[in-house]
Amino acid sequence: MFLTFDGLSRGAVYAAFALALVLIWRATRIVNFAQGAMAVATAYAGFEVSAATGSYWLGFAVAIAAGLILGAVTERVVMRFVDHSSPLNGVVVALGLVLVIQGGLGMIFGSEFRPAEAPFSRDAFTVGGVALLSRFDLFVFAAVGIVVALLALLFTRTHTGLRMRAAAFAPDVSRLLGVNVSGMLTLGWALAAAVGSLAGMLVLPTELGLHPNAMDIVFVSSFTAAVVGGLDSAIGSVLGGLIVGLLLSYVSGYLGATVAPIAVLILLVVVLLGRPGGLFSRSAARTV
Amino acid sequence: MTALLRTESLTAGYGAAPVLHEVDLDVETGSITAVLGANGAGKTTLLRTLSGLLPATHGRVLLDGKDLRGVRVEEMVRRGVAHVPEGRGVVTELTVDENLRLGGLWRKDRADVRKATAEVYELFEPLARRRKFPGHQLSGGERQLLALGRALVGRPRLLLLDEPSLGLAPKITAQIMTLLGTLRDRSGLTVLLVEQNVRGALAIADEAVVLALGRVVTRGTDINDEMRHAYLGF
Repeated sequence: MFLTFDGLSRGAVYAAFALALVLIWRATRIVNFAQGAMAVATAYAGFEVSAATGSYWLGFAVAIAAGLILGAVTERVVMRFVDHSSPLNGVVVALGLVLVIQGGLGMIFGSEFRPAEAPFSRDAFTVGGVALLSRFDLFVFAAVGIVVALLALLFTRTHTGLRMRAAAFAPDVSRLLGVNVSGMLTLGWALAAAVGSLAGMLVLPTELGLHPNAMDIVFVSSFTAAVVGGLDSAIGSVLGGLIVGLLLSYVSGYLGATVAPIAVLILLVVVLLGRPGGLFSRSAARTV
Repeated sequence: MTALLRTESLTAGYGAAPVLHEVDLDVETGSITAVLGANGAGKTTLLRTLSGLLPATHGRVLLDGKDLRGVRVEEMVRRGVAHVPEGRGVVTELTVDENLRLGGLWRKDRADVRKATAEVYELFEPLARRRKFPGHQLSGGERQLLALGRALVGRPRLLLLDEPSLGLAPKITAQIMTLLGTLRDRSGLTVLLVEQNVRGALAIADEAVVLALGRVVTRGTDINDEMRHAYLGF
């Protein structure tokens, strides 16, 4: 029971992070391998502000805002100029960004772990002697739930959401219909990076703390979640995140924590072999 | 009558080799001009250059006498130019409703957008029955209707239509041609119509331009047999 809740809580974070990956993939056909490093960078900014002001929430807001800005800047300054003739180009540039960001963070903040405090107690409530959820877990569920709901509303109910989807699917046609496609791309990167920052702020307190490489493992799990769900499917990425979270939790609980990363990779391989498009992708393939 | 659209020595292409050579056009306000020619004559390239998707390498395009150089593609629709590209104009991942909404997103007059949308559904009955269907589930003909309908939601002054009859049943093609004529007569719509269906296009066109290898080889509505044979292949 505890494993289930713990898994869902971790899974919610993976879901948010995977969702951020899917947002960028759908808009640009780039897997943003730099997302982990970007999230860590904004988390450093957030926790610095928290430490300076004593307010967790101010730091939290700063981290999300920094995500918006870093995402927009990354798109405007770097990704916009990536040649799309080969899908590898975007990957290589993103990996280069990882090195730059992680190197920069190491130079500024050093490479020892710094504590990342949680805004709520991480002690689990117990019901009838069984540990269930902590206040922090509830905060994670609420934060991810709200973000997923807001993004769903944005994409299905608003003009801007429709513009963003159209710009991603058919850039030329969208421009002919007056859609500012390049602006939509920037907005997409900004939103995705902000969601990534949120995931970072939610996962770092449960790990060893702040470190330039702190999100590397989270990235692997979330990338698996996104692929399991289907890189084209937002709902799939959320479900994929929860599946990966549960899998990690059960495997570490029953078989030991060292086996858990292997289980994630096995899941990735099995899904890629059995259903390369992802478990929740629509079977109608789109022609690119 | 005044020319709504005018091109002067318009030259454009992909890479170093131009596809269009020194094209001069005058499209009168409230007229339908058919652009005819064999495959590879540069018809689609002409439309892409007019809407700004393809930059002109030489010459210029004037709308209402104003040079369009430097005007962004996104801006064209606000100046009243709607370009319906050939075949793939529908965003297939979006529903019929969403595609039509997209056509009116840039407009401030929301009430008129709703009115225009209702008119499109009335005109194109098959679309009204498939509002919630994603574009990829529509037939080729329905997609053409949707792309045309989406342009009409923007209430354009100038409609650039690339092969609207492609993949359509002759009956529906005839309906579209009649509709274009009606829109011209009622609301003064100006149309530049690229067509393979020469007879259908000439039936409603006020003016015709024949392109061959990127050059205007003849114009006027009296396309004689020799011209037809030489450039249109029938």
